[in-house]
Amino acid sequence: MSGHESTYQPTNGFTKWLDSRLPIVRLLYDTVITFPTPKNLNYWYVFGAVLSICLGIQIVTGIVLAMHYEPSVDGAFASVERIMRDVPYGWLLRYVHANGASFFFLAVYIHMFRGLYYGSYKGSRDMLWILGCLIFFLMIATAFLGYMLPWGQMSFHGANVITGLIGALPLIGEPIQTWLMGGPSLGNATLQRFFSLHYLLPFMIAGVVVLHVWALHVPGNNNPTGVEVQNAEVETVPFHPYYTVKDGFAVLVFLLVFFAFVFYTPNVLGHADNFIEANPLVTPAHIVPEWYLLPFYAILRAITFDIGPMSAKLLGVLAMFGSLAVLFVLPWLDTSKVKSMRYRPTARQFFFGFVFTCLMLGWCGATNPDTPIVPFGKDKLVVSYIDEAGESKQETFKEFAPADILISRLPESANASIAVEAAPAFRFVHLAQLLTAYYFAYFLIILPFLGFREKTDPEPDSIEKAVEAEHKARSKVSAGDQAEASA
Amino acid sequence: MNFVRLAFLAFCFLTVQVSANAAGGGAHPDGPEGGFEFEGPFGKFEMHSVQRGYQVYKEVCASCHSMKLLSYRNLGEVGGPFYDPDYPNANDNPLIKAFAAEDIIVDTVPDEYGDYPLRPARPSDAFRSPYPNDSAAAAANNGAIPPDLSVITKARAGGADYIYDLIRGYPSNDAISYVGDETLIDPTKVSGSGIYLESQVSSRPSDVGDLIQPIGQYYNPYMPGDTVANYTGDPRHPPKGGFLAMAPQLTDGRVEYLDGTAATVDQMAYDVAQFLAWASDPKVTNRKSLGLSVMLYLLGLSIIVWFSYRKIWRNIKH
Repeated sequence: MSGHESTYQPTNGFTKWLDSRLPIVRLLYDTVITFPTPKNLNYWYVFGAVLSICLGIQIVTGIVLAMHYEPSVDGAFASVERIMRDVPYGWLLRYVHANGASFFFLAVYIHMFRGLYYGSYKGSRDMLWILGCLIFFLMIATAFLGYMLPWGQMSFHGANVITGLIGALPLIGEPIQTWLMGGPSLGNATLQRFFSLHYLLPFMIAGVVVLHVWALHVPGNNNPTGVEVQNAEVETVPFHPYYTVKDGFAVLVFLLVFFAFVFYTPNVLGHADNFIEANPLVTPAHIVPEWYLLPFYAILRAITFDIGPMSAKLLGVLAMFGSLAVLFVLPWLDTSKVKSMRYRPTARQFFFGFVFTCLMLGWCGATNPDTPIVPFGKDKLVVSYIDEAGESKQETFKEFAPADILISRLPESANASIAVEAAPAFRFVHLAQLLTAYYFAYFLIILPFLGFREKTDPEPDSIEKAVEAEHKARSKVSAGDQAEASA
Repeated sequence: MNFVRLAFLAFCFLTVQVSANAAGGGAHPDGPEGGFEFEGPFGKFEMHSVQRGYQVYKEVCASCHSMKLLSYRNLGEVGGPFYDPDYPNANDNPLIKAFAAEDIIVDTVPDEYGDYPLRPARPSDAFRSPYPNDSAAAAANNGAIPPDLSVITKARAGGADYIYDLIRGYPSNDAISYVGDETLIDPTKVSGSGIYLESQVSSRPSDVGDLIQPIGQYYNPYMPGDTVANYTGDPRHPPKGGFLAMAPQLTDGRVEYLDGTAATVDQMAYDVAQFLAWASDPKVTNRKSLGLSVMLYLLGLSIIVWFSYRKIWRNIKH
């Protein structure tokens, strides 16, 4: 798993005995102690370590929670509350697990944007990137399954929406939907299999994480310059202690923020409706997923038009899954030879546009798609009534007063009613459509074409040269500061 | 970074536009003036208020609302309103035993004849539910099931502030008039409705109407809902709020506090909201105090690790 010459020396009889049979200590030693790592990694590179801590936290708290949880439609909601009230430190376990999911996604998004910016998916790191996408996909599935378990209103109706989507796929959709739900509708069978799968998937994630680290250690780390290591002697440092201490510091800062949420606002990232026990007969006013899935939800809802024989619903499902699928083929979509966007000024602008698009899609996902952003004109009033000849009539008004006078003059038999005719507007659904278009254009048009056309800045000859140049620039600035201060 | 600046401007513009267009739903709950004692990173429950709140719950709310996830013993546990250090096991606390024994419940285990006898509750029992099941609750309340209050402040946006504003937010008598068999609510006289208060404008705008209250329903500006169908004014600007099946419950002196506090509507609303906040999340105080130690520990450790990092990397140009 190391991709570099092993320097491990077993020191005593036991480790010598073990090394000749199962060289597991050697494997760990080569992986986390001596592994040569570029010395110019910045703080955007700490999220791999943060994510492994997140996975560990989720698995440990999850195993203990599963000891107290009851996967049944009658007992699930109460058992989650019982964990918070009667299990010693159950409230801590549960809040760590629930907020842990949010912070897991926060970290994975930063990690992925980092990879996008520095071109960490190019060359022989394509496999590394694909394994990462697979982890991300498994994380989404796990989070979705886990959100069902408290059996609150959002759990139930969210699961209803998503399983319904799978049913929209032609031919295979309905059998998969029935198989997932364990019957024709959401119920006890669904909850039990969701619980089972929610317990299974994290271990599959852990397995792919091992492959991910393995695939990282063959080509070695990328770095902010995107230039490969040429002289390992001067350009790399052993992982331990250099990166264990740097990543360790970053993990602690991350945990500080994480525990601030756990201890002081543990429910702020969730939805109040999920503290109402699931009731199939009452649908919440707005069904929304957890914040980390909102961008994909916005893409799903952005498709409101049919194309040929394909319904809007099916297209929405395809767009949503497509937005994930496109990540898997990214290594072959980006045609640029330059890895790091430090040296791609044009691509960099499009990249920031992409980050902004993802954040805005999240906002669209949280908002009612019909909410107007920019209305064109004022809403009008329509009075409908039946005239003396027995025909239904409609009259439109700008002001309320004349409409009210008309209604008061009409006889009871006219059965008059008043309704609002919404003015045309640029709505959230339209914004979501534009953003969805940019999301796909970034991968399918911009990155493929930019590689051929853009004018890139010169890359440094080596990591060492880049570091030296940066130090020179920095000392110039500080020398200037000192000169200014002394003057 | 031109793009970042442009994106920021677009974002500001959108935020202003959208908040200008936002409408519908209930009024934003502001809660009591000065807030609750349990708010903020160091806040704690005011236990006398939680105790009084339990009395309000018991004498007013409990006749319709269940609290299935709470047991009498919870009242006497560490962090509970009636915790007594002499009785570390709340089941032994005579006060808790007395509270429990006031309620007659159906036993959960059958007797020797196979019947489920009635008996006084014990501290280990769950709070007595007013109705045996949802159907009975709906039948007794005009079709609406009174929500269980065990986690109510976590289950409503606004939490305890929402509870406080809702139960004291009903229209006062001078806003209500009766025409024929219809009950009309004048939204200009209901604070929180979002319609001009009468005192603020000299003449009533012509597009302001009345709310026609459905039979068995009560208007409340803090209730999430939709009033358009019941509004005689301009349907583009309906009053905030909605209708709910719970009639206004609190009137001055509805309960007689054992500690002598004057039972005004505001006081009772304050106390019961605080009690429900405690019931929804009884470990809050515990959580915040543990949180402080964890944060301080992590902060100290990160400082140490930061200096280790500086020391280890001091000879590496990076």
